[in-house]
Amino acid sequence: MSKIHVTTTVNGEPTEYLCEAQDSLLDVLRDTLKLTGSKEGCGSGDCGACSITLDGRLVCSCLVLGVEAEGKSIGTIEGVAKGDTLHPIQQKFLEHAALQCGFCTPGLIVAAKALLDSNPNPTETEARFWLAGNLCRCTGYDKIIRAVMDAAAEMRGAAA
Amino acid sequence: MPRLSYAAPATIPDAIKLLSGASGLAKVLSGGTDLLVQLRSGRVKPELIVDTKKLPGIMGIREVNGGFVIGAATSGAAIGEHAGLCAAYPGVVEGTNLIGSTQVQGRASLAGNLCNASPAADSVPAMIAARATAVIVGPSGQREVPVESIVVGPGRTSLAKGEFILEFHLPKPAAHSSDAYLRFIPRTEMDIAVVGCGVNVTLDGNGVCTAARVVLGAVAPTQVVVDAAAKALIGNKLDEKTLAALDAAARAACNPISDKRGTVDFRIKIAGVLARRTAAIAFERAGAR
Repeated sequence: MSKIHVTTTVNGEPTEYLCEAQDSLLDVLRDTLKLTGSKEGCGSGDCGACSITLDGRLVCSCLVLGVEAEGKSIGTIEGVAKGDTLHPIQQKFLEHAALQCGFCTPGLIVAAKALLDSNPNPTETEARFWLAGNLCRCTGYDKIIRAVMDAAAEMRGAAA
Repeated sequence: MPRLSYAAPATIPDAIKLLSGASGLAKVLSGGTDLLVQLRSGRVKPELIVDTKKLPGIMGIREVNGGFVIGAATSGAAIGEHAGLCAAYPGVVEGTNLIGSTQVQGRASLAGNLCNASPAADSVPAMIAARATAVIVGPSGQREVPVESIVVGPGRTSLAKGEFILEFHLPKPAAHSSDAYLRFIPRTEMDIAVVGCGVNVTLDGNGVCTAARVVLGAVAPTQVVVDAAAKALIGNKLDEKTLAALDAAARAACNPISDKRGTVDFRIKIAGVLARRTAAIAFERAGAR
């Protein structure tokens, strides 16, 4: 039983782990690295609860093998806040009550951050299409979209 | 059950050796958006996964002599961000970008969409309409084939053991030519095509069609190149008579199944409607060139 040794970067920190070939990156994050912010909803890339960035690209970590992270840079929900200071998207999710059970929230925040990092001024339609791969069974999405649009406006103001 | 092995070879000969040397099932990993789902469900039980993404040339897009070389494992997101490709082949790009969510686009590739061999694959009709070719490498060397020769049935391809796709070639677009892809789904996003249609046309200076390719998806076991539909367009402007002939030719080419997404009759009717609408977009784009 020889596991595969992987050297990668998680939220800016050099990280090493051992995994089996079939382990998903989501399994590695949650079970090996104990980063349990990323959630497993469907395990088949449909729900977006496990959203992370891989070399800056938004992906479902359930659709990435742990071994594929070799030499890559991973960004998870745990890296979004700076210490005790919430990211503006996180703050706006609280202010707009954009969550109920909260299971989809980490994935939505990671996905929304990827949107605003690449497009600081999305239309509501663009935001809704970008987030179409993040399912929420509680909110009906309206408050989520309001939170994302409000965060975008605030971040543009802060950047100006 | 034998343990699963993983390899990410750095050279094409190493990749071929691994794939052709496996005693059991060996699977090629590109973006993994289909393969990982199949692994997890137990639908495929490979003994070896060969990750091709470290191979030279398999990721990225190059403009060559006015045409394009698209690495087989290039993500849909990267394809959508390539300004030159978006301008030259908007139909190929819009078909590719319809695959899955933003997250899936971050990984899903043209080779994966093609070799998963779903009749409903969204990138494939526009690629065939664009006369795209695939460069295949394998134990017996390298060969370049039209994209339409790869899928032979649902889940089945013409690739031999040890072979995989390295890159796709799109020719230099002719003057006054363009393309489009439309699919029908019962919602606005995140669904599988009930019918898909890719159209590529070349016009003369007066808007008369001089060359055309019409390709339907999800209406037969493989994508269908509808020569009769192309014939209906060539030599004509896109007037009502031409549209009616196109519609009839598209419907006549269908050999669909009834399933939860749509019945045989519905799919046939929609194929005609989509052929009209897709052709209209392709003609408008080509005329603007």
